[in-house]
Amino acid sequence: MTYIAKPKFHHPGLKKNELGYTHRDYEGKISTLCAGCGHDSITASIIEACYELSIEPHRVAKISGIGCSSKTPDYFLGNSHGFNSVHGRMPSVLTGANLANRDLIYLGVSGDGDSASIGFGQFAHSIRRGVNMTYIVENNGVYGLTKGQFSATADRGSKSKKGVTNTDNAIDLVAIALQLGATFVARSFSGDKTQLVPLIAAAIRHKGASFIDVISPCIAFNNHAGSTKSFDYVREHNDAVNRLDVLVGRDPIAVDYAPGTVQLVEQHDGSRIALRKIDADYDPHDRLGAQTFLAKHAAKGQIVTGLLYVDPDAEDLHEHLNTVETPLNTLEADTLCPGSAVLDKINASLR
Amino acid sequence: MPDKKPISSVNDFVVRFANVNGSGSASANEMFARAILRHGVPVSPRNIFPSNIQGLPTWYEVRVTEDGHLGARGGVDMMVAMNPQTWDKDVGGIEPGGYLFYDSTKPMPSTKFRDDITVIGVPLTAITNSTYTDPRQRQLFKNIIYLGALSALLDMDPKLIEQLIGEQYKGKEKLLSSNVHALHLGRDWALQNLKCPIGLRVRKSDKVGDRIFIEGNSAAALGAVYGGATVCAWYPITPSSSVAEAFTAHCKKYRHDPETGKAKYAIVQGEDELASIGIVIGASWNGARAFTATSGPGISLMTEFIGLSYFAEIPAVIMNIQRAGPSTGMPTRTQQCDIIACAYASHGDTKHVLLFPEDPAEAFEFAAAAFDLAERLQTTIFLMLDLDIGMNHRLCRPLKWDDARQYDRGKVMTTEMLEEGRDFGRYLDVDGDGIPYRTYPGTHPTKGSYFTRGTSRDRYARYSEEGSVYADNMQRLVRKFETAQDLVPRPLQANAERPTKYGVIYFGSTSPAMDEAIGLLEARGHQLDRLRIRAFPFHSSVASFLAEHDFVYVVEQNRDAQLRQLIVNENGIDPVRLVPIVHYDGTPITARFIAKAIGDHQDHLKVTPLRKAVS
Repeated sequence: MTYIAKPKFHHPGLKKNELGYTHRDYEGKISTLCAGCGHDSITASIIEACYELSIEPHRVAKISGIGCSSKTPDYFLGNSHGFNSVHGRMPSVLTGANLANRDLIYLGVSGDGDSASIGFGQFAHSIRRGVNMTYIVENNGVYGLTKGQFSATADRGSKSKKGVTNTDNAIDLVAIALQLGATFVARSFSGDKTQLVPLIAAAIRHKGASFIDVISPCIAFNNHAGSTKSFDYVREHNDAVNRLDVLVGRDPIAVDYAPGTVQLVEQHDGSRIALRKIDADYDPHDRLGAQTFLAKHAAKGQIVTGLLYVDPDAEDLHEHLNTVETPLNTLEADTLCPGSAVLDKINASLR
Repeated sequence: MPDKKPISSVNDFVVRFANVNGSGSASANEMFARAILRHGVPVSPRNIFPSNIQGLPTWYEVRVTEDGHLGARGGVDMMVAMNPQTWDKDVGGIEPGGYLFYDSTKPMPSTKFRDDITVIGVPLTAITNSTYTDPRQRQLFKNIIYLGALSALLDMDPKLIEQLIGEQYKGKEKLLSSNVHALHLGRDWALQNLKCPIGLRVRKSDKVGDRIFIEGNSAAALGAVYGGATVCAWYPITPSSSVAEAFTAHCKKYRHDPETGKAKYAIVQGEDELASIGIVIGASWNGARAFTATSGPGISLMTEFIGLSYFAEIPAVIMNIQRAGPSTGMPTRTQQCDIIACAYASHGDTKHVLLFPEDPAEAFEFAAAAFDLAERLQTTIFLMLDLDIGMNHRLCRPLKWDDARQYDRGKVMTTEMLEEGRDFGRYLDVDGDGIPYRTYPGTHPTKGSYFTRGTSRDRYARYSEEGSVYADNMQRLVRKFETAQDLVPRPLQANAERPTKYGVIYFGSTSPAMDEAIGLLEARGHQLDRLRIRAFPFHSSVASFLAEHDFVYVVEQNRDAQLRQLIVNENGIDPVRLVPIVHYDGTPITARFIAKAIGDHQDHLKVTPLRKAVS
């Protein structure tokens, strides 16, 4: 198999965003995943979110690990640089890339094997450091590319396609991200584009470590009865805390919703998130509350989706390190090298 | 009087301090070494320390060497025995006719001494306790007191030591005067109670010149600052941690914007070596100069990423401060044991560039050069230091920098070049040197983007599993490695006075011992041409050197003669002609060892020494 070319022509009347880009400008190559894969829906949501935010496609760096999910950056933002790195190591590669050039948007795409098993440590530490990124886990609870082994997010008691019952406890990446100090934490479902697109958009606008766990059924190996990551199971057990819209500048969407059920969250860059609350008691600014809420619902077998936590005034790694505003990758000898006069002084101090 | 004539030597002897780790002796011992340097006499000090913070034995050895032999010598002429735990071994290690300096506050049975050495007792604890009440002060000043006593015994100029104390405690008057006081307490006691000086003496000379005294790790870190490194990611591991710590210290001094105070660098202590190299690869992919510093176990962990760097062609600089392996091995002992592990790191067919600095001066130069090489060759460059160079102060030539020097950022296609319509193929060999162009992320809205991956792809970075496409790429990588041969530091050859069919190859920290061994071998009548290898891939002059000699000794500090294996493998020559000379007990190799091993082999070959043949 080699690369599949995608035709470039498109309808002349295709809608354009503020920058004059059409949807097609945010697309990538044709997906090589199984037809109907949840991951392709996430790809579509990423394309939609970037289009709506009027991001210049080439200003995004998309970085992934290894696995089905990690292949997807090839299927969106074809004019962006992509990096399909090493299994479980997307977070460190992304961290390094971010340090080199703070002006780009960093989109990290990973899977449950990539982030909850082999890369659990890197997932944790990139969140801890507050790397300014949007970290999306396309979570299907299964190793698809190696044909159906359980991943660490598979629920205890769930059944594999071959009928094997999982006896290990599941890792909930959302709970861990909250605990580790992620400043934007959300969960969604690949089949729920209405919820997912604004979540991705808000995460991109968020400055700091944004984490989104997207449950994405594997139609080949994890969409059967007995699976807790199948389309049917997730639809039945989904409990959304809120619906949201992202408002950049003049966008008038907020007025569509009745006062009292809409909460506006202003982010660091001036964009606003309009939260249509479904659960009236839910406060997305309360980290501890979010953790409790999550745990209570998990005990009832419910999958909580929506924006679970956001700190609109978050700091990122560059602020912690006090780095210059100019991207480090543009600095040259004139600003980096102390020169021979300084070296002579250093030599003198070493005698 | 000892029953062996006491050793008598001026500016040529070895003093070893036996201390307890964490007792604060390190700074006094280092001051002793520096004081001798201030006499114009070269010294070569070495830390011999355990993998521990407090309580275990530690030694500091100072070789005083007017002739400038900076390798370890072996043997001890004077033992400063401050550690009861290692007393027997320490006393046993003194050369016949040597000297034992000890704290005589508590009487010791005569069986604890030897008849063939001179025993010098100074009641250090008694002097300390009668002067100081604070326990910590007692501990620290005891070290300065023995330094004072030694200065009298070895005929050192106390003014030079006072000067050093003055520099160290500049602006801290109280500490300064109390240290000078302690120095004289010891010195005066020795002058009044002992026969000073003894047979070992320091006499002022002019053999130090403008040389500097620096640790290899600090010099390498400074090389990274001068070489333009902006991202450093690391995980603590002995003996490499001081590279990142020195880089941090240098950056704090030289890399902050004077107006905003902001940092023109980013240093991240990773959660492990995997993250460290991942951060380096990510930063380099995005156009910053990045490096990590580690040691053997870290290299093992990084190998998957090193393969990615090779195959996806992403620059990276890895400083490997080698220690004795395998596994955890001897974390605080030196070896050159990661040659093969680094040269062929990672699964599949890979080859990597290695640089072998001989001392801190070259560590500085090669570290700076490593960033140019990494970006020019778009691959991993290993700077192969070891504990002996990295963690010991070494006398070396002053560091130099040409202010006209610009960084070689390699083949990077810019927005303008893309606008001109230049054909961009990420893995397209446009110049025949195997090196393709790359673009930085975010360069152009519609041109020059590509997908970086560790999977096989064609010249335009498109995924492909076609056999011919894969082989084409692998062949280009071979071409690129051939290009590297002429870019890396060349071997340095020094020929014997008379033509000889015997040669010796060596590298890295073996250098000073080898230089000294040549003199010893010449005295035995053995003539050898020398080739110091400074990088892998090997320059063509290595093959020429092998062709010109019947037998070539390869001297190295590991069990399996790894450099020899690499030479045999890469040059396809008859291994019989390459004689391994290996030293791998974790101590630095000595001239005595090399001279004996090569001398014995020459004798075994029944070579008639030239001197005998002539006479």
